[in-house]
Amino acid sequence: MEYLIGIQGPDFVLVAADNVAASSIIQMKHDYDKMFKLSEKILLLCVGEAGDTVQFAEYIQKNVQLYKMRNGYELSPAAAANFTRKNLADYLRSRTPYHVNLLLAGYDDTDGPGLFYMDYLSSLAKAPFAAHGYGRFILNLPSFTVRLIDKEGIHDLEKLTLGAK
Amino acid sequence: RLVCSFHVGIRGKDIVVLGVEKKSVAKLQEERTVRKICALDEHVCMAFAGLTADARIVINRARVECQSHRLTVEDPVTVEYITRYIATLKQRYTQSNGRRPFGISALIVGFDYDGTPRLYQTDPSGTYHAWKANAIGRSAKTVREFLEKNYTDEAIAGDNEAIKLAIKALLEVVQSGGKNIELAVIRRNQPLKILESKEIETLVAEIEKEKEEEAEKKKQKKST
Repeated sequence: MEYLIGIQGPDFVLVAADNVAASSIIQMKHDYDKMFKLSEKILLLCVGEAGDTVQFAEYIQKNVQLYKMRNGYELSPAAAANFTRKNLADYLRSRTPYHVNLLLAGYDDTDGPGLFYMDYLSSLAKAPFAAHGYGRFILNLPSFTVRLIDKEGIHDLEKLTLGAK
Repeated sequence: RLVCSFHVGIRGKDIVVLGVEKKSVAKLQEERTVRKICALDEHVCMAFAGLTADARIVINRARVECQSHRLTVEDPVTVEYITRYIATLKQRYTQSNGRRPFGISALIVGFDYDGTPRLYQTDPSGTYHAWKANAIGRSAKTVREFLEKNYTDEAIAGDNEAIKLAIKALLEVVQSGGKNIELAVIRRNQPLKILESKEIETLVAEIEKEKEEEAEKKKQKKST
Protein backbone atom coordinates (compact mmCIF):
# COMPACT_ATOMS: atom_id res chain seq x y z
CA MET A 1 0.00 0.00 0.00
CA GLU A 2 1.42 3.40 -0.97
CA TYR A 3 1.66 6.18 1.56
CA LEU A 4 2.09 9.97 1.29
CA ILE A 5 2.13 12.50 4.09
CA GLY A 6 2.61 16.25 4.26
CA ILE A 7 2.82 18.70 7.17
CA GLN A 8 2.84 22.47 6.88
CA GLY A 9 4.93 24.37 9.41
CA PRO A 10 5.17 28.13 10.08
CA ASP A 11 7.69 28.68 7.28
CA PHE A 12 8.17 25.27 5.68
CA VAL A 13 6.37 22.21 4.36
CA LEU A 14 7.60 18.75 5.28
CA VAL A 15 6.67 15.84 3.03
CA ALA A 16 7.40 12.12 3.00
CA ALA A 17 6.55 9.30 0.61
CA ASP A 18 7.25 5.58 0.79
CA ASN A 19 9.82 4.06 -1.57
CA VAL A 20 8.10 0.85 -2.60
CA ALA A 21 7.02 0.04 -6.14
CA ALA A 22 4.84 -3.03 -5.92
CA SER A 23 2.57 -5.10 -8.08
CA SER A 24 0.15 -7.07 -5.92
CA ILE A 25 2.31 -9.05 -3.44
CA ILE A 26 5.62 -8.55 -5.29
CA GLN A 27 7.73 -5.55 -4.23
CA MET A 28 9.74 -4.71 -7.34
CA LYS A 29 11.67 -1.73 -6.02
CA HIS A 30 12.60 -0.37 -2.58
CA ASP A 31 14.16 2.86 -3.86
CA TYR A 32 11.34 4.37 -5.90
CA ASP A 33 10.95 8.17 -5.66
CA LYS A 34 7.30 9.26 -5.75
CA MET A 35 8.06 12.98 -5.61
CA PHE A 36 8.18 15.10 -8.77
CA LYS A 37 9.93 18.45 -8.75
CA LEU A 38 7.60 20.88 -10.52
CA SER A 39 9.78 23.92 -9.92
CA GLU A 40 12.42 25.25 -7.54
CA LYS A 41 9.95 25.39 -4.65
CA ILE A 42 7.14 23.01 -5.58
CA LEU A 43 6.94 19.23 -5.16
CA LEU A 44 4.19 16.96 -6.44
CA LEU A 45 3.75 13.66 -4.58
CA CYS A 46 1.85 11.14 -6.65
CA VAL A 47 0.42 7.66 -5.98
CA GLY A 48 -2.23 5.56 -7.66
CA GLU A 49 -2.65 3.49 -10.82
CA ALA A 50 0.65 2.24 -12.23
CA GLY A 51 1.58 4.30 -15.27
CA ASP A 52 -1.04 6.97 -14.68
CA THR A 53 1.06 8.36 -11.84
CA VAL A 54 4.21 9.03 -13.86
CA GLN A 55 2.38 10.05 -17.05
CA PHE A 56 0.20 12.59 -15.26
CA ALA A 57 2.89 13.93 -12.95
CA GLU A 58 5.46 14.40 -15.74
CA TYR A 59 2.84 16.11 -17.93
CA ILE A 60 2.12 18.59 -15.14
CA GLN A 61 5.85 19.00 -14.48
CA LYS A 62 6.63 19.91 -18.10
CA ASN A 63 3.70 22.32 -18.31
CA VAL A 64 4.84 24.10 -15.16
CA GLN A 65 8.30 24.43 -16.70
CA LEU A 66 6.77 25.75 -19.94
CA TYR A 67 5.01 28.46 -17.93
CA LYS A 68 8.38 29.45 -16.49
CA MET A 69 9.98 29.65 -19.96
CA ARG A 70 7.10 31.67 -21.41
CA ASN A 71 6.68 34.13 -18.58
CA GLY A 72 10.11 34.39 -16.99
CA TYR A 73 8.91 33.45 -13.51
CA GLU A 74 7.55 30.30 -11.86
CA LEU A 75 3.94 29.42 -11.13
CA SER A 76 2.88 29.85 -7.50
CA PRO A 77 2.02 26.65 -5.58
CA ALA A 78 -1.67 27.61 -5.45
CA ALA A 79 -1.76 28.24 -9.20
CA ALA A 80 0.05 24.98 -9.90
CA ALA A 81 -2.38 23.10 -7.66
CA ASN A 82 -5.38 24.58 -9.43
CA PHE A 83 -3.84 23.85 -12.82
CA THR A 84 -3.28 20.23 -11.75
CA ARG A 85 -6.82 19.93 -10.45
CA LYS A 86 -8.26 21.36 -13.66
CA ASN A 87 -6.37 18.80 -15.75
CA LEU A 88 -7.56 16.00 -13.49
CA ALA A 89 -11.13 17.26 -13.72
CA ASP A 90 -11.03 17.55 -17.52
CA TYR A 91 -9.84 13.98 -17.86
CA LEU A 92 -12.23 12.65 -15.23
CA ARG A 93 -15.27 12.59 -17.49
CA SER A 94 -13.36 11.43 -20.56
CA ARG A 95 -12.66 7.92 -21.75
CA THR A 96 -9.22 8.08 -20.14
CA PRO A 97 -9.38 9.39 -16.58
CA TYR A 98 -6.21 9.41 -14.46
CA HIS A 99 -6.52 7.39 -11.26
CA VAL A 100 -3.99 9.31 -9.15
CA ASN A 101 -3.92 10.72 -5.63
CA LEU A 102 -1.70 13.74 -5.08
CA LEU A 103 -0.16 16.02 -2.52
CA LEU A 104 1.28 19.29 -3.80
CA ALA A 105 3.68 21.05 -1.45
CA GLY A 106 5.26 24.40 -2.13
CA TYR A 107 6.61 27.68 -0.83
CA ASP A 108 5.26 30.95 -2.19
CA ASP A 109 7.48 33.99 -1.61
CA THR A 110 4.44 36.13 -0.75
CA ASP A 111 2.01 33.66 0.85
CA GLY A 112 4.49 31.34 2.53
CA PRO A 113 4.27 27.55 2.75
CA GLY A 114 1.29 25.67 1.31
CA LEU A 115 0.13 22.06 1.21
CA PHE A 116 -2.61 20.97 -1.19
CA TYR A 117 -4.52 17.69 -1.07
CA MET A 118 -5.96 16.33 -4.35
CA ASP A 119 -7.55 13.01 -5.12
CA TYR A 120 -8.54 11.05 -8.20
CA LEU A 121 -12.02 12.60 -8.22
CA SER A 122 -10.34 15.98 -8.68
CA SER A 123 -11.08 17.41 -5.26
CA LEU A 124 -8.70 20.09 -4.05
CA ALA A 125 -8.18 21.25 -0.49
CA LYS A 126 -5.51 23.43 1.07
CA ALA A 127 -4.72 21.81 4.40
CA PRO A 128 -2.18 22.18 7.23
CA PHE A 129 -1.57 18.44 7.16
CA ALA A 130 -2.67 15.67 4.80
CA ALA A 131 -2.00 12.08 3.82
CA HIS A 132 -2.90 9.46 1.24
CA GLY A 133 -2.91 5.74 1.95
CA TYR A 134 -3.35 3.41 4.86
CA GLY A 135 -0.86 4.33 7.58
CA ARG A 136 -1.18 1.02 9.42
CA PHE A 137 1.01 -0.65 6.83
CA ILE A 138 3.97 1.67 7.40
CA LEU A 139 5.76 -1.12 9.19
CA ASN A 140 5.83 -3.16 5.99
CA LEU A 141 7.45 -0.33 4.05
CA PRO A 142 11.24 -0.36 4.45
CA SER A 143 11.99 3.29 3.82
CA PHE A 144 10.59 6.76 3.15
CA THR A 145 12.00 9.68 1.19
CA VAL A 146 11.68 12.86 3.25
CA ARG A 147 11.99 16.40 1.85
CA LEU A 148 11.53 19.88 3.22
CA ILE A 149 10.51 22.99 1.28
CA ASP A 150 11.25 26.47 2.65
CA LYS A 151 12.15 29.88 1.27
CA GLU A 152 15.54 28.56 0.15
CA GLY A 153 14.04 25.75 -1.92
CA ILE A 154 13.74 21.98 -1.70
CA HIS A 155 16.01 20.16 0.76
CA ASP A 156 16.58 16.41 0.92
CA LEU A 157 16.46 15.05 4.45
CA GLU A 158 17.71 11.70 5.69
CA LYS A 159 15.65 8.73 4.51
CA LEU A 160 13.45 7.29 7.21
CA THR A 161 13.75 3.57 7.70
CA LEU A 162 11.10 2.04 9.92
CA GLY A 163 10.11 -1.47 10.88
CA ALA A 164 12.10 -4.58 11.75
CA LYS A 165 15.78 -4.44 10.82
CA ARG B 1 7.32 46.63 -35.85
CA LEU B 2 10.51 45.92 -37.66
CA VAL B 3 13.57 45.25 -35.54
CA CYS B 4 16.40 46.51 -37.74
CA SER B 5 18.99 46.21 -35.06
CA PHE B 6 22.18 44.28 -34.95
CA HIS B 7 23.00 41.00 -33.24
CA VAL B 8 26.17 39.03 -32.69
CA GLY B 9 26.75 35.51 -31.42
CA ILE B 10 30.06 34.05 -30.20
CA ARG B 11 30.79 30.42 -29.40
CA GLY B 12 33.52 30.14 -26.77
CA LYS B 13 34.95 27.07 -25.10
CA ASP B 14 32.88 27.08 -21.92
CA ILE B 15 30.55 29.94 -22.71
CA VAL B 16 28.24 31.15 -25.47
CA VAL B 17 27.51 34.85 -25.85
CA LEU B 18 24.66 36.71 -27.54
CA GLY B 19 24.95 40.45 -27.98
CA VAL B 20 22.18 42.69 -29.19
CA GLU B 21 21.97 46.35 -30.11
CA LYS B 22 19.41 47.96 -27.86
CA LYS B 23 17.51 50.57 -29.81
CA SER B 24 16.81 53.65 -27.72
CA VAL B 25 13.11 53.75 -26.98
CA ALA B 26 10.74 56.69 -26.97
CA LYS B 27 10.79 58.75 -23.77
CA LEU B 28 7.44 57.54 -22.52
CA GLN B 29 8.03 53.90 -23.45
CA GLU B 30 8.92 51.32 -20.81
CA GLU B 31 12.29 49.95 -21.80
CA ARG B 32 12.04 46.48 -20.35
CA THR B 33 9.15 45.40 -22.58
CA VAL B 34 11.46 45.17 -25.57
CA ARG B 35 13.19 41.83 -25.12
CA LYS B 36 15.12 40.45 -28.07
CA ILE B 37 17.01 37.69 -26.28
CA CYS B 38 14.67 34.91 -25.19
CA ALA B 39 15.30 31.67 -23.33
CA LEU B 40 13.86 28.66 -25.11
CA ASP B 41 14.86 26.26 -22.33
CA GLU B 42 17.27 26.38 -19.42
CA HIS B 43 20.25 25.62 -21.65
CA VAL B 44 19.25 27.25 -24.97
CA CYS B 45 18.41 30.77 -25.92
CA MET B 46 17.94 32.80 -29.07
CA ALA B 47 18.12 36.33 -30.40
CA PHE B 48 16.12 37.37 -33.45
CA ALA B 49 16.19 40.14 -36.04
CA GLY B 50 13.06 40.98 -37.99
CA LEU B 51 9.34 41.12 -37.25
CA THR B 52 8.83 40.93 -33.49
CA ALA B 53 5.31 39.57 -33.84
CA ASP B 54 6.47 36.69 -36.04
CA ALA B 55 9.26 35.95 -33.57
CA ARG B 56 6.77 35.56 -30.70
CA ILE B 57 5.03 32.74 -32.56
CA VAL B 58 8.23 30.91 -33.43
CA ILE B 59 9.61 31.28 -29.90
CA ASN B 60 6.41 29.96 -28.35
CA ARG B 61 6.39 26.90 -30.63
CA ALA B 62 10.06 26.28 -29.82
CA ARG B 63 9.44 26.53 -26.07
CA VAL B 64 6.61 24.00 -26.27
CA GLU B 65 8.79 21.69 -28.36
CA CYS B 66 11.61 21.90 -25.80
CA GLN B 67 9.30 20.67 -23.03
CA SER B 68 7.63 18.12 -25.30
CA HIS B 69 11.03 16.68 -26.16
CA ARG B 70 11.90 16.41 -22.45
CA LEU B 71 8.60 14.65 -21.81
CA THR B 72 8.91 12.05 -24.56
CA VAL B 73 12.62 11.22 -24.51
CA GLU B 74 13.56 12.40 -20.99
CA ASP B 75 16.46 14.42 -22.35
CA PRO B 76 16.85 18.13 -22.97
CA VAL B 77 16.96 19.13 -26.66
CA THR B 78 20.29 19.51 -28.40
CA VAL B 79 20.80 22.97 -29.88
CA GLU B 80 20.85 21.42 -33.36
CA TYR B 81 17.51 19.68 -32.77
CA ILE B 82 15.65 22.80 -31.74
CA THR B 83 17.30 24.78 -34.55
CA ARG B 84 16.18 22.11 -37.03
CA TYR B 85 12.69 22.28 -35.56
CA ILE B 86 12.53 26.05 -35.97
CA ALA B 87 13.99 25.85 -39.47
CA THR B 88 11.50 23.15 -40.53
CA LEU B 89 8.68 25.31 -39.18
CA LYS B 90 9.92 28.28 -41.20
CA GLN B 91 10.31 26.20 -44.36
CA ARG B 92 6.74 24.91 -44.15
CA TYR B 93 5.52 28.48 -44.37
CA THR B 94 7.51 29.04 -47.58
CA GLN B 95 5.77 26.20 -49.35
CA SER B 96 2.15 26.32 -48.18
CA ASN B 97 -0.51 28.32 -49.96
CA GLY B 98 -2.04 31.33 -48.31
CA ARG B 99 0.79 31.83 -45.84
CA ARG B 100 3.74 34.16 -45.87
CA PRO B 101 7.18 33.26 -44.49
CA PHE B 102 8.21 34.23 -40.96
CA GLY B 103 10.12 37.49 -41.28
CA ILE B 104 12.89 36.69 -38.82
CA SER B 105 16.49 35.57 -38.73
CA ALA B 106 17.55 33.94 -35.52
CA LEU B 107 20.79 33.24 -33.68
CA ILE B 108 20.39 30.21 -31.44
CA VAL B 109 22.99 29.41 -28.78
CA GLY B 110 23.33 26.89 -26.03
CA PHE B 111 25.02 23.78 -24.71
CA ASP B 112 24.14 20.20 -25.58
CA TYR B 113 23.83 17.87 -22.62
CA ASP B 114 27.26 16.44 -23.36
CA GLY B 115 28.70 19.89 -22.68
CA THR B 116 29.47 21.00 -26.26
CA PRO B 117 28.74 24.69 -26.93
CA ARG B 118 26.80 25.48 -30.12
CA LEU B 119 25.80 28.51 -32.20
CA TYR B 120 23.35 28.26 -35.09
CA GLN B 121 21.79 30.78 -37.44
CA THR B 122 18.45 30.39 -39.25
CA ASP B 123 16.79 32.63 -41.84
CA PRO B 124 13.29 33.02 -43.28
CA SER B 125 13.91 30.43 -45.99
CA GLY B 126 14.34 27.75 -43.38
CA THR B 127 18.03 27.03 -43.85
CA TYR B 128 20.30 26.75 -40.84
CA HIS B 129 24.04 26.64 -40.37
CA ALA B 130 26.41 26.21 -37.45
CA TRP B 131 28.86 29.00 -36.78
CA LYS B 132 31.79 29.75 -34.50
CA ALA B 133 30.80 33.39 -34.49
CA ASN B 134 28.24 35.31 -36.53
CA ALA B 135 26.38 38.56 -36.85
CA ILE B 136 22.94 39.33 -38.26
CA GLY B 137 21.07 42.53 -38.93
CA ARG B 138 22.39 45.80 -40.27
CA SER B 139 26.11 46.06 -41.01
CA ALA B 140 26.36 42.30 -40.45
CA LYS B 141 28.88 41.94 -43.28
CA THR B 142 31.36 44.42 -41.80
CA VAL B 143 31.14 42.77 -38.41
CA ARG B 144 31.53 39.30 -39.87
CA GLU B 145 34.77 40.50 -41.46
CA PHE B 146 35.84 41.90 -38.08
CA LEU B 147 35.07 38.55 -36.47
CA GLU B 148 36.94 36.62 -39.16
CA LYS B 149 40.03 38.61 -38.28
CA ASN B 150 39.60 38.57 -34.52
CA TYR B 151 38.10 35.17 -33.69
CA THR B 152 41.22 33.32 -32.61
CA ASP B 153 41.82 30.63 -30.03
CA GLU B 154 43.32 33.34 -27.81
CA ALA B 155 40.31 35.56 -28.22
CA ILE B 156 37.98 32.89 -26.85
CA ALA B 157 40.39 31.35 -24.38
CA GLY B 158 38.38 32.43 -21.36
CA ASP B 159 34.82 33.44 -20.59
CA ASN B 160 35.66 37.11 -20.19
CA GLU B 161 37.62 37.17 -23.43
CA ALA B 162 34.66 35.75 -25.36
CA ILE B 163 32.33 38.33 -23.82
CA LYS B 164 34.76 41.12 -24.67
CA LEU B 165 34.97 39.91 -28.28
CA ALA B 166 31.20 40.14 -28.53
CA ILE B 167 31.24 43.66 -27.09
CA LYS B 168 34.04 44.70 -29.46
CA ALA B 169 31.99 43.40 -32.39
CA LEU B 170 28.96 45.32 -31.16
CA LEU B 171 30.95 48.52 -30.65
CA GLU B 172 31.86 48.43 -34.35
CA VAL B 173 28.22 49.06 -35.16
CA VAL B 174 26.59 50.60 -32.10
CA GLN B 175 27.29 54.29 -31.91
CA SER B 176 26.71 55.30 -28.33
CA GLY B 177 28.64 52.54 -26.58
CA GLY B 178 27.71 50.43 -23.56
CA LYS B 179 24.30 51.95 -22.95
CA ASN B 180 22.87 50.55 -26.16
CA ILE B 181 24.16 47.01 -25.71
CA GLU B 182 22.26 44.08 -24.28
CA LEU B 183 24.30 40.97 -23.55
CA ALA B 184 23.30 37.46 -22.58
CA VAL B 185 25.59 34.57 -21.71
CA ILE B 186 25.12 30.90 -21.04
CA ARG B 187 27.90 29.10 -19.20
CA ARG B 188 28.07 25.30 -19.22
CA ASN B 189 25.52 23.84 -16.75
CA GLN B 190 24.29 27.28 -15.77
CA PRO B 191 21.09 29.05 -16.77
CA LEU B 192 20.89 32.05 -19.08
CA LYS B 193 22.27 35.24 -17.54
CA ILE B 194 21.53 38.69 -18.88
CA LEU B 195 24.35 41.07 -17.97
CA GLU B 196 23.49 44.26 -16.10
CA SER B 197 24.39 47.56 -17.70
CA LYS B 198 26.98 48.14 -14.95
CA GLU B 199 28.85 44.97 -15.86
CA ILE B 200 28.76 45.95 -19.53
CA GLU B 201 30.07 49.43 -18.73
CA THR B 202 32.98 47.90 -16.77
CA LEU B 203 33.87 45.62 -19.67
CA VAL B 204 33.57 48.45 -22.20
CA ALA B 205 35.93 50.52 -20.05
CA GLU B 206 38.40 47.61 -19.98
CA ILE B 207 38.24 47.32 -23.75
CA GLU B 208 38.86 51.06 -24.19
CA LYS B 209 41.83 50.81 -21.85
CA GLU B 210 43.25 47.85 -23.77
CA LYS B 211 42.83 49.76 -27.05
CA GLU B 212 44.73 52.71 -25.62
CA GLU B 213 47.51 50.45 -24.37
CA GLU B 214 47.74 48.82 -27.81
CA ALA B 215 47.91 52.23 -29.46
CA GLU B 216 50.62 53.32 -27.01
CA LYS B 217 52.70 50.24 -27.75
CA LYS B 218 52.46 50.82 -31.47
CA LYS B 219 53.52 54.43 -31.07
CA GLN B 220 56.55 53.38 -29.03
CA LYS B 221 57.49 50.74 -31.60
CA LYS B 222 57.33 53.28 -34.39
CA SER B 223 59.45 55.81 -32.53
CA THR B 224 62.25 53.35 -31.60
